[in-house]
Amino acid sequence: MTTLLAWIEARIPMMRTANVHAIQYPAPRNMNFWYVFGFLATIILVNQIITGIWLTMNYEPSAQRAFASVEYIMREVNYGWLIRYMHSTGATAFFVVIYLHMFRGMIYGSYQKPRELLWVFGMLIYLALMAEAFMGYVLPWGQMSYWGAQVIVSLFSAIPVIGGPLVEWIQGDYVISGATLNRFFALHVIALPLVIVILVFLHIIALHEVGSNNPDGVDVKHPKGSLPESEKTSYKIHEHFTNRYDYADDVVPFFPHIVLKDLVAFSIFLFIFCYIMFFAPELGGKALEHPNFEIANPLKTPEHIFPVWYFTPFYAILQAVPHKLSGVLTMFGAIAVLFVLPWLDRANVRSWRYRSGLHTANLLVFAAVFIFLGYLGGTPQEPWKLIAARIATIMYFMFFVMLFLYSKHETTKPVPKRIPR
Amino acid sequence: MKRWIALLILLPGLAVAAGSKVALQDPNIDLTDKASLQRGAQTFMNYCLGCHQMQYQRYQRMFNDLGIPEDLGQKYLQFTGESVSDYMTNTMPAEDSAQWFGAPPPDLTLVARVRGPEWLYTYFKTFYVDESKIFGVNNLVFPNVGMPHVLEPLQGTPRLAYEEKMVDGELVMRPAGLTNDGNGRLSEDEYNDTIRDLVNFLEYTGEPTRLKSESIGRGVLIFIVIFFVFALLLKKEYWRNVK
Repeated sequence: MTTLLAWIEARIPMMRTANVHAIQYPAPRNMNFWYVFGFLATIILVNQIITGIWLTMNYEPSAQRAFASVEYIMREVNYGWLIRYMHSTGATAFFVVIYLHMFRGMIYGSYQKPRELLWVFGMLIYLALMAEAFMGYVLPWGQMSYWGAQVIVSLFSAIPVIGGPLVEWIQGDYVISGATLNRFFALHVIALPLVIVILVFLHIIALHEVGSNNPDGVDVKHPKGSLPESEKTSYKIHEHFTNRYDYADDVVPFFPHIVLKDLVAFSIFLFIFCYIMFFAPELGGKALEHPNFEIANPLKTPEHIFPVWYFTPFYAILQAVPHKLSGVLTMFGAIAVLFVLPWLDRANVRSWRYRSGLHTANLLVFAAVFIFLGYLGGTPQEPWKLIAARIATIMYFMFFVMLFLYSKHETTKPVPKRIPR
Repeated sequence: MKRWIALLILLPGLAVAAGSKVALQDPNIDLTDKASLQRGAQTFMNYCLGCHQMQYQRYQRMFNDLGIPEDLGQKYLQFTGESVSDYMTNTMPAEDSAQWFGAPPPDLTLVARVRGPEWLYTYFKTFYVDESKIFGVNNLVFPNVGMPHVLEPLQGTPRLAYEEKMVDGELVMRPAGLTNDGNGRLSEDEYNDTIRDLVNFLEYTGEPTRLKSESIGRGVLIFIVIFFVFALLLKKEYWRNVK
């Protein structure tokens, strides 16, 4: 056995890779529950890919058969209902986890130097994920699939000059039709998952190059030779890291310490996930909208058209702006501004534990505004909501403006050299 | 004359109804009540299937889930198709029905997932006579619905009741609930039970796997709780010396 492993190791760095990236990777020992969502997102990605493959075995991507084939999966494929609910609940869980993962990055300043590219790769994953989720929602070919696609695709018509032809090019037809469904299927099952997997790979490579941040924002790697032998960690950390840096007892190896922590978090997550999946897969019409159990009908517009819950904050921003092109630009701007967050925050201190009260307030207000926008975009329009959405949209962007202004001369608390005991 | 006044007063009243101001009633359905589901299936086959299909639901699946022997089911409940594995469809051509009703009668396999059981139950209870409509009836939760009141022989003829009321010094007629001519085969309670069973059946066809999902789910959740305890103990063991 040892000989075989050595034979393989001489030809491909199997154990070395496992040791560097998983087993002997140095992780800060103060990582709290906010640090489990990256792991959970990976688990969900695997779930989506596997259940997606099985769904593809019986799904038929055509306007005539799509809706019926989903019901075929729900009723006649062995445990097809379970596979489909794993996939649909997985989509909702994915966004819950990703939003918490992103907010973690914001409160602990994980996007700051030297993790700017890590954040940008994460944002690219988020962007690809939104496209993936949108196209996936079109596939069951229900009323909300159809009319949701209609609303989103028509956004591109706001672009001057090329808008109209661009919409036709995306749809592959003059209206949303079977041709649109077919290409969305191709993008949903091949193109975007491939992009997401590659981006996740790059995200992890970038993370392991710079090392994980932690709730105190303390650097856990010290210049080579700066620590006396007595202060170095007694845990086995891979030479890949120790050849370049010294590590104090601020770190633990990823395996088993972090893996076991993630496992506890995973079982709590799985309990909630399975409860929703087995007992309330529609999530009160939020995860699977009620009108989507009616087959797509191009001649019958639903009373209210809502995107699925994870898009509603941006939908509210779109609706808040009275001019179509400006609305579209504002909506995309709300996503784009997140990309440049590492350069908008000019502070030298990462974690909100050591930053000003103003920064803490700014973060909490931003989170509240985002949730409020989600509520506004996911419920029927009323006059007061339009005004509220406009105020909330301004407040959304004010987070970034204020951060840019106060972060340069922010009064911060001294950051300890080591992770506090 | 009084009738005309009533009609004039009725119109704004209906506009309010169109905004779905009708309080929906909860039928308290129970998917584990197989007798109720069987009665619901019977009502569906006799009163609904003539126009509405369930093109995603097979007879055989329904017989098995509801505990109906296949030979009895085929004899007393299957009026369309030949094989027990046929889908629950009818032979009404969609083109013709679109002409007759304005739109083909919708497929009802998933109607409970679209509308919800409360809506369906209230819908069956709030038909009323409205001579201005093609089929002579209208509905409070689905105004201007293009469907006759198929269950009228059971319920009796329902009419909107009016009350005289002083509004701004004028005596006006306002809609006040529904009355019944009492010419139906069933009493009010019996009718309520019948449509409750029917809604129960529609809820079943919307998601035939509901009960199985919940029974598997309970086992899975218990397993996860046990797994959680061991995961937590193991984690504590390894982290004991770290803090």
